[in-house]
Amino acid sequence: MTPLSRRDFIAAGAAAGAGLVIGFYLPHGTNESTGGVFSPNAYLKISPDNKVTVVVARSEMGQGVRTSLPMILAEELEADWKQIQIEQAGASTLFGDQTTGGSASVRTTWDPMRRAGAVAREMLISAGALHFGVARASCKAENGVILHAASNRRATYGELASKAATLPIPTDVQLKSAKEYKIVGKPLPRLDTPPKVNGSAEYGIDFRIPDMKYAVLARCPIFGGKVASFDDKESKKVGGVSYVGKLTDSSIAVVADSVWSALEGRRLLQVSWDEGPNKDMNSAAILQALRASISNKAATLYATGDVTKVSGRRIEAAYELPFMAHAPMEPGNATAHFQGSKCEIWAPTQVPQDVRDSAATALGLDSDNVKVNVLLIGGGFGRRLEHDYAVEAALVSKAINGPVKVIWTREDDMRNSVYRPASYHKLSAVLDGQGFPIAFTHHVVSPSISAQKGSPGEGGVDPDLKDEAALVYSFPNALVEYIDVQTPVPLGWMRSVYALQVGFASECFIDELAAAAGKDPLAYRLHLLQKDEDIKYFDATWRTARMRGVVQLAADKAGWGKPLPATHYRGIACFGSFSTYMAQIVELSVEGDQPRIHRIVGAMDCGQVINPNILEQQIHGGVIYGLANALRAKITIEKGRVVQGNFDDYAPLRMNEVPPVEAYFVESSEAPSGAGEPPIPPLAPAICNAMYAATKKRIRALPILG
Amino acid sequence: MPGEFNFSAEPSHPFSFPFPALSATMMGFFNNGAHMADFILRVNGSERKVRVSPETPLLWVLRDTLQLTGTKFGCGAGLCGACTVHVEGESTRSCSIPVSQVAGKTVTTIEGLASNGQHPLQAAWIAEEVPQCGYCQSGQIMAAAALLAKTANPTEDQIATAMSGNLCRCGTYDRIRRAIKRAAQPGGAR
Repeated sequence: MTPLSRRDFIAAGAAAGAGLVIGFYLPHGTNESTGGVFSPNAYLKISPDNKVTVVVARSEMGQGVRTSLPMILAEELEADWKQIQIEQAGASTLFGDQTTGGSASVRTTWDPMRRAGAVAREMLISAGALHFGVARASCKAENGVILHAASNRRATYGELASKAATLPIPTDVQLKSAKEYKIVGKPLPRLDTPPKVNGSAEYGIDFRIPDMKYAVLARCPIFGGKVASFDDKESKKVGGVSYVGKLTDSSIAVVADSVWSALEGRRLLQVSWDEGPNKDMNSAAILQALRASISNKAATLYATGDVTKVSGRRIEAAYELPFMAHAPMEPGNATAHFQGSKCEIWAPTQVPQDVRDSAATALGLDSDNVKVNVLLIGGGFGRRLEHDYAVEAALVSKAINGPVKVIWTREDDMRNSVYRPASYHKLSAVLDGQGFPIAFTHHVVSPSISAQKGSPGEGGVDPDLKDEAALVYSFPNALVEYIDVQTPVPLGWMRSVYALQVGFASECFIDELAAAAGKDPLAYRLHLLQKDEDIKYFDATWRTARMRGVVQLAADKAGWGKPLPATHYRGIACFGSFSTYMAQIVELSVEGDQPRIHRIVGAMDCGQVINPNILEQQIHGGVIYGLANALRAKITIEKGRVVQGNFDDYAPLRMNEVPPVEAYFVESSEAPSGAGEPPIPPLAPAICNAMYAATKKRIRALPILG
Repeated sequence: MPGEFNFSAEPSHPFSFPFPALSATMMGFFNNGAHMADFILRVNGSERKVRVSPETPLLWVLRDTLQLTGTKFGCGAGLCGACTVHVEGESTRSCSIPVSQVAGKTVTTIEGLASNGQHPLQAAWIAEEVPQCGYCQSGQIMAAAALLAKTANPTEDQIATAMSGNLCRCGTYDRIRRAIKRAAQPGGAR
């Protein structure tokens, strides 16, 4: 039996009508403390009509949580998968943290979801035994019913739910072993697919309420600038425009009875901007500032041995990456209805509670008087971890005293967004006689996202780096340090966050070391990973054996070392982030100075796989997002404003540019770890390393296509 | 120093907004969209009358006026394909065609692609589990349907060429290719 820990507090009771409700707590972060106060943020409801409903506050943005999370619970519940449904919870002060992000949904809910299912199962078995008047040990749960085999009697969960609700909650429950799984590990179809192919899926942008107006905002294009004055005479002549007014220091709202009228009203608006202190800012100068900060006081992320006490052949290299934009397909939007003392918001958001609290502050209301409903998200990638779109909607609704939907255009999203921070990296290594590092140093210089948002990490360590900057090779002497350099460019968490930058620099550099040693890049990495070692990095333990496993799996599947067509070359990279191990091998040729990618092989070890169908989607998605980041993603700032505006100058990848992606994963019964973000970091270095194999020229800056 | 900024100063792009080819009488009739006009569209088999300004892109007429929200807004510039519909059977970017150019014409949206949502492509999309976030998929399916209507059994290259106007940020391209091939098989999609 496994005793319940403090974090697994579970409450049970009767449902509002009848049936059983189990409340439990899903932590957001891996290091989260519940502070000793039990506030459930997820519920399992079994109703008399034999429906099993999982109420959970994890936003669906394509990553499949509305299927994978109930699978975990259904497994332990011994439920019939067909009786399972999921309900999206809105923001509530009764709930614990409801954030969706950090590749955390499965890894943080794995234990509590299983325990909630197991607790309900045990209570239903007890209820069944009482119902049949037999010994508890003679009953078992199977496929949504409690069976008493000796008398060939059965009762459904629905029939037993109300009785189960009157029973004590078991304090210890037995969880199933991986070999007993019937649901977990199976490629079950996603529950949300059918409405996404017939136009009926309702995303945030599709939601409407009666008498709702549409609004677009003219926002100052210069970071930190303000509205000086504006002339709305022409705007107000547009049919359907009902309101034009200053919304904040830096924005003006145009409200109309259709999106198009609002856009026309905005097009005709004449605004004079107070350009503010950043009007001369540009991204080249920011990168120069990052480079110039390399000797600033640094926070230590990882240290072992003493890198200063080693002598030998020294290799050094520096790398840099630009700002990038998330650019999800669904532009920013939110709907709000302010009604004097309260406000209701409907938003495609990853942070319903932040939306609630930020809107409440902006409106001057208590959080309890702001209700947030979470809608389907047309691509998150971290962009919906912000609350800006929803606060705007709340303010416009207050200004016009009626319901309104705020819509961002693509240009709004490109130019008034939050961005993946630019970074500069300096690496050095001292090699032994065989060419392997006896000292390895990596200095990461990049603005801290959390610090900019007012929550600097302890000791100057941006908290995200704890998931995204682990060193997965064991070196006798190693030092990884971080230097925060703040800039006025608004920052956000973008898929894989700092792992993209750190992984690019480290894995390009490892390739440079292999070349300096005159060794094959695969053999060099396998040598560095050959000993089974545990590497402690903050609260995580990275195991060389697991990284070796994915490197070998990728190499086997890609046929590393086997002959290629004359102009084709391979490159490899591996990186660990969000507790998951990932290796990728890219096969490409170089035409002019541009890569033409023929094949991508990815191998992942994310522990127990919940749903291989969804995991393959996540690997495909991560690889293609990573490929776009590597090849073209670059936000340029000139005169304090973003240059790029739409998908022509910030161009994602199109089908004719994307090679087949082969996704493999290690069979494992280790606890599950992240899946959405880990496929991204190895992609850019694998391409650059393959391009080196082809051209003998190193690429040390992204994007590859300049 | 304050700077003048006009929102009409968007970057030009190859698919720039084709301003409506309006009749001379109508041209003199409205100013800055202040004047509305009636248009009749044949949408998904029904005749629909709308009163909007003539330059309104078909996308917003479908979404805001007719409440057919399966057609999505992605870029507003004909670059991403999320708004793809069929006009007289041709794959068309509804964000970049004014309603005045569609008057009297047949428009098919994702909601009307098949009466029961069981077009072979829709069935294939389900069988191959294509969507992730799903936002671009209406446009992807409409582009694929236009392809299959002309080329019953497309090659890999024909698929890539026909589908390259439709962006997906979730990376569903591999499964889209598979689903199109599945739907193209005789009795496909099952």
